[in-house]
Amino acid sequence: MPKLYDLAHCRAGDKGNTSILSLVAYRAEDYPLLVAHVTIDAVGRHLAGIALGEIRRYELPQLRALQFVCEHSLAGGVTTSLALDAHGKSLSYALLEMEI
Amino acid sequence: MRSSLRLGGGAGFAGDRLDAPVALAEDGALDYLVLECLAERTIALAQLRRRRDPGDGFDLRLTERIESLLPVLARRRFRLVSNLGAANPQGAAGAIAAIAQRMRIPVKVAAVTGDDVLAALDLDAPAMESGLPLSKYGPIVSANAYLGSEAILPALETGADIIITGRVADPSLFVAPLMHEYGWDPGDIARLAAGTAVGHLLECAGQLCGGYFADPGRKDIPGMATLGFPFAEVDPEGNATLGKVAGTGGRITVATATEQLLYEVTDPHGYLTPDVTADFSRVTLTETAIDRVAVRGARGRPRPERLKVSVGYLAGHIGEGEIGYAGANAVARAELAAEILRQRLERRFDELRFDIIGSTSLHGHAFGRGAHPYEVRLRVAARAATREEAAIVGDEVEALYTNGPAGGGGTRKSVTEQIGIVSTLIDRSLVTSRVTLLEGSARAEAL
Repeated sequence: MPKLYDLAHCRAGDKGNTSILSLVAYRAEDYPLLVAHVTIDAVGRHLAGIALGEIRRYELPQLRALQFVCEHSLAGGVTTSLALDAHGKSLSYALLEMEI
Repeated sequence: MRSSLRLGGGAGFAGDRLDAPVALAEDGALDYLVLECLAERTIALAQLRRRRDPGDGFDLRLTERIESLLPVLARRRFRLVSNLGAANPQGAAGAIAAIAQRMRIPVKVAAVTGDDVLAALDLDAPAMESGLPLSKYGPIVSANAYLGSEAILPALETGADIIITGRVADPSLFVAPLMHEYGWDPGDIARLAAGTAVGHLLECAGQLCGGYFADPGRKDIPGMATLGFPFAEVDPEGNATLGKVAGTGGRITVATATEQLLYEVTDPHGYLTPDVTADFSRVTLTETAIDRVAVRGARGRPRPERLKVSVGYLAGHIGEGEIGYAGANAVARAELAAEILRQRLERRFDELRFDIIGSTSLHGHAFGRGAHPYEVRLRVAARAATREEAAIVGDEVEALYTNGPAGGGGTRKSVTEQIGIVSTLIDRSLVTSRVTLLEGSARAEAL
C-alpha cells in the first residue's frame, strides 16, 4: 500500500499546544486522492495518542494543499512540555507514515 | 514614489545564522533588511535578564549581529528593522549606537517601546489557551502586547537607519516599511493583506529557501551549508516576487513557498495580525524563473479589535537524564532501567516522562515497525519546583551505572528553568507605543 510520503510533502508548525500540519501533493492529479482519503477521521486515527483534541481541515486546491490544525497535540505546549520535540517539528513525518 | 522595493528576511529566530544575512545584505540590493529574532519565550527570558541588570534584556547576540552588518549597511545604505530589542529596545538601541561609534559608522537608531504591558495586565483575564484566569498560572514575569505597523511607522518617519522594537507581530516588521514607502493607508485592507503574506513568507528566513524542507532523494536542496536567505521584490500594489541572491545555497520553489505560506497558520482564511485579518486561502504561487516565485491573491478583512498579549510565567524546572544501551535486548534493558527509575521517582514528581530514543521518543509508538534498533537511549524527564529537586532526575539516571541493567553507558544530565507562555487579549486603548531616537552619540530624543 502506498504511503502518504510517496504522494505528498508535509511541514509541521506549532502554536501553543496546537500542531499545524501542512500536507502538499507533489502532483496536481494526486490532490483529489488526499482530499478523499486524508480525512479528519483518518488523521485522528493515525495520530491516536498524539492528536488528543479537535482536528480541523482546510482545503487549498490552488496550492494542492490540506491544512490540518490539531489541538492538544503537543503534550501541553511548546513552553512547558516534558517531550523531547516540544514543538512537534517531527510530526510532519508521522503523518506521512499514513498508508492510503 | 518608488516602483519597487526589496525587503530581505535576515533572521528567523534569535539563534539564526550570522553569515547568511551578511551575504543577503551585501548582494541582495535591499532597501530593507528585517531580522526576526524574538520567539514567544525569548522575550520572557530577556525580561528575567533585565530584572537582574536593568541595562540588559535585549538579544544575546546583538553585538555580533550588528558588528557584522554595520559595515555592509554603510556601503549598501539599506535600513535595518528588527525586534532584537526584546525586553529592552532602548537599551538595545543604545548598545547599537555605541557599537556604531566604536566602528566610526554614523547611524541613527530608533527604538520602539510600549509593548510591555505588565503593569496594565488584568490578572482576571482568561488565558486564550485554557480559559483559566492568568492568576492561576505561576508567577508572571512578562506581558508583551503584539504591536503592529502603526507603532513602527513613526520610527521610520524619523529617518533612522536602524529601527529596533520589542514584541511586534512578525509580519508587521515587513508591512511597516511598505506602508511607509508606498504611503499605504492603515485602512487599505487589500494592500496590508498582501504585505502581510510577504512578511509571513520571509519571517522565517531560511525556511523559504529549503531549510526545514530538504529530504534527500525526495526534496533535494543544493548547497545547504551556505543556505541563502530570501528577499521579496514588492510593487506598490503589494504584488511580490520572492527570490534569493545568485550563488548562495538553497532553492526557492513553489513547494518551498507553499510550505512556508501555510507554516503555523491556524486558519488560512483568517490570519490575525494587529494590522489586518489576512486571508491566504486564494493565494497563488507561480515560479517565474529559477529561485523566483510570484505571490498573488492575498485578501483581507479589517484588523482585530484587540491586541494579543504574550504572558510569560515561571513554570518550575525540568530535570533530565539519559543513558544508552546497545546490542542484544537493548530495548528491554532500557525498559528495565525505566521501570527502576519509575519506582524510585514517581512518588517525588507529579509529572514524569520516559522516552526510548531511537525507537519511540518522538511519536510514542513506531507506526507498525516494531523493529529492534541496535542501540537506544533511555531519557527521563520530570518537572520540579526547584533546581535542586529537578537535579535528582539526572543523579538517579547516573546511579544506574552501578545499580541498573547491564551495559548502560554514556549518561547525560541537565536541569533547565522553564518559562511558560500563555496568551490573552488587551484593548488597544491600554497600549501606547513610543519612539526614541539616538544618533551616534548617546543623546536620546523622545518623540
